Amino acid sequence: MKTSQKSTQFPLSRRKFLYTAGGLTFLASTAMIVPSFLEEDEDEEGSERRGEARQISVWVHLGEDGQITIYNPASEMGQGSMTAVPVILAEEMDADWSQVRIEHAPIEPEIYGAGWDGSPGGTMITVGSRTVRSYYNYMRQSGAQARYVLLSNVARKWKVPLEELETEPSMVIHAKSKRKISYGEIARFAKSPDTLPEIPASQLKDPSQFRLIGKVMPRFDIPAKVDGSAPYSMDIQVPNMVFGLISRSPVHGAKPTLQNEPEIRQMPGVLEVVSLDHGIGIIAETLEGALEVKSQLKISWSKGAKAETFNTSEAYKEYETIAQDPTFQANMLSDTGDVKKALQIEGKTYEADYKNEAIYHAQMEPLNAVVSIADDGQSAEIWVGTQAPGRARSTVAKILGIGVDKVRFNPQYLGGGFGRRSTPDFIAETVHLAKAVSRPVKLIWTREDDLQYGMYRPMSLQRMRAQVDTQGNIQSWHHVVVGTGGGLLGSGAKTDFYAFPNQRVEVRNIDHGIRTKHWRAVGHGPNKFAIEAFLDEIAQDQKVDPVDMRLRLMKDYPRAQKVLRMVAEMANWGAPVPEGKAWGVSFAERSGSLGACICEISLDRESGKISIHRIWASLDAGLIVQPDNVKAQMEGGFIMGMSSIFHERISMKNGQVEQSNFHDYPILRIADIPESIEIELIPSAEHPTGVGESSIPLIGGAVANAFARLTGKRLRHLPFTPEKVLETLKG
Amino acid sequence: MAQYTFEINGQEQKVEVAEGTSLLWVIREHLGLTGTKYGCGKALCGSCTIHLNGQATRACITPVSRAEGAKITTIEGLSEDGKHPLQLAWVEAQVPQCGYCQSGQIMQAAALLAQNKRPNREQILSYMNGVLCRCGTYMRIVKAIEKVAKEG
Repeated sequence: MKTSQKSTQFPLSRRKFLYTAGGLTFLASTAMIVPSFLEEDEDEEGSERRGEARQISVWVHLGEDGQITIYNPASEMGQGSMTAVPVILAEEMDADWSQVRIEHAPIEPEIYGAGWDGSPGGTMITVGSRTVRSYYNYMRQSGAQARYVLLSNVARKWKVPLEELETEPSMVIHAKSKRKISYGEIARFAKSPDTLPEIPASQLKDPSQFRLIGKVMPRFDIPAKVDGSAPYSMDIQVPNMVFGLISRSPVHGAKPTLQNEPEIRQMPGVLEVVSLDHGIGIIAETLEGALEVKSQLKISWSKGAKAETFNTSEAYKEYETIAQDPTFQANMLSDTGDVKKALQIEGKTYEADYKNEAIYHAQMEPLNAVVSIADDGQSAEIWVGTQAPGRARSTVAKILGIGVDKVRFNPQYLGGGFGRRSTPDFIAETVHLAKAVSRPVKLIWTREDDLQYGMYRPMSLQRMRAQVDTQGNIQSWHHVVVGTGGGLLGSGAKTDFYAFPNQRVEVRNIDHGIRTKHWRAVGHGPNKFAIEAFLDEIAQDQKVDPVDMRLRLMKDYPRAQKVLRMVAEMANWGAPVPEGKAWGVSFAERSGSLGACICEISLDRESGKISIHRIWASLDAGLIVQPDNVKAQMEGGFIMGMSSIFHERISMKNGQVEQSNFHDYPILRIADIPESIEIELIPSAEHPTGVGESSIPLIGGAVANAFARLTGKRLRHLPFTPEKVLETLKG
Repeated sequence: MAQYTFEINGQEQKVEVAEGTSLLWVIREHLGLTGTKYGCGKALCGSCTIHLNGQATRACITPVSRAEGAKITTIEGLSEDGKHPLQLAWVEAQVPQCGYCQSGQIMQAAALLAQNKRPNREQILSYMNGVLCRCGTYMRIVKAIEKVAKEG
């Protein structure tokens, strides 16, 4: 096994974990025999092993008091998978949940990672609403293996056939002899093997027997999050620690020259000044001292960076030119039938441009990390909240020229991630500063740093064109996404659940040297807004009910139809809407889940302010592991989505971000929440799919469609600020 | 450097820091009470909300000199065992997601209930409006406060 760091209280005698496709020991024929690992030596039950938690597998430790410690392989950034993943394991292990505690897994991707397809091993990265989806089978298998180890030990102890044993939560039972023994008691004599057999699917629990999965379990992390004790890396303090801050390029790519270094070095408490490619770092004894020093830096920035020529105010003009340039090299996401030819079909052509501005993650905990490097430079320790601990660890190792096994990694809670914390840029910075002073450094990004040197959801233009025949059927659908964001632009642009006979979806990217990044739901936010609103425009013009139109387009996808029907039923779609209010509907898929929502809005025609009164939503996310948490994720997604569609915009002038803090980058406040958000989860036995991003893609379209019903006008440009709303009303 | 004396979570405390240092850095980095969070530094987000002589106060823009002789309560001192009615209601409603803003939310809510035991929804929304949550837990924050308000 690979080496490990001791980020746990347990002595880690790592055991081989047999799990390669070719080398499986299938249990079907051997499950009923006491495995050979127990035959080797006599019971080594002795005083030195007493009181020590026993390692049952790489995932589970068991104490004699019955306490079960399960490793959580995912980053906990609020999405709750720290609880959901161990619940899956505990289910198959038949653990008494009240005796379960959860620890961060060591950063060993070979063991604790999982592929997108659910295969064990791979990367440890928490992105794309993938955690439960990726770990579901792996955790059921690992739980069943842990249970097998316990059963095997009892079978041997009692000299009974393994198949005569059953389990109740944290209890092994032999009905024939009316004996039972608790998991804690088993810990006293349990031995576990170097390799574990794969438990065949037929021996896993039938979902009807689930005691934990699908039930409402309180989240493990919540008690510590109401008394201030939950640790974030911002809170870490280690002996001899000093504070780092960096003044970064106002224009991405500009290089710094510090003009007043002698004066800076004279300031009280300054320990070091570090020149980086993209900024000047300073290290001081205290945080307040470092902030004072930072404010005194006089830096000149090199000219000529690519981003310098980028102005958001001019971007759409360029995007429009690109959208109609037949020679532009487009990335074709979908091209079925012949959209050009289909334009000649008798009927009506619809065309519209949708736009969205760049937006910022605004996670409440600004980026930060703590790094300590050993005096000899041959090992290091890091405390950080990151979505990609594996990548973070190798970043540290690479800069220091040491092996990853020399990096002791202490994962912390994330004060929000939303995609920003899967890049290790802030971790690399911390290592560079710590190297310069030979003392542990806490690097903090101020809110201004975090916002202005952010990595944004890209701005883009969606050019939509559809041909509708005389019977009202959409014969062709052409969606061109133009923007500055590379591969981020295309996510969600395809409409996999609508049957368009001719369909082309293409992405045209123009690089401007600015920083862009995944932002919760990535391109699904802007793209589903454009798709769902454009579809609604067609429905309204064709005088077709927008729910009926979608149901017809979904004719080949009964699961999608069910989701839409569910929300229509919840809201009582078709019933009269209260005076002065209107409803809008939308549907979207994200991370394999299907969601639909209906929004009830009203409008203050004086101020241009839109209010959302009620939201109804339905979701098919396959089998639901933690129903209340799924609802919490959807509620949160709607609120964050409302924030993004009503308020948020990053603008750049000559490549420089014009906003700096929450006064000019407002996010939604509590006074603007809806009266209710009602959510129904579709019962399903299908494999779980992602939920953390499922409502972000729904909200823009639903609000724009409600607005059109209320006013007859179309909002086609995010965010729907009061100014834009008033403009649209006039137009 | 200057010396300041105040009472924090029932304990008298002396600190020696540079004049003008923000009370937030004193609480977090000098005293190690890290439940109070830094979010914006400009009193725009409310993550750093504490009680200064019983009043909900943004520590980030409060110079330490204002704490001289004052009584400060932080999230760590709100209750002895994490069982303030709001904390219990927060767990019951499963409010926090990332959790980073929640100390500020709870301290703001506690100040509201200290002056108005039974606030209505409108009063809750108005009083809580200065504390931002990016995960979008507002629906459950209201639910938790309403529960405590209802039970008096």
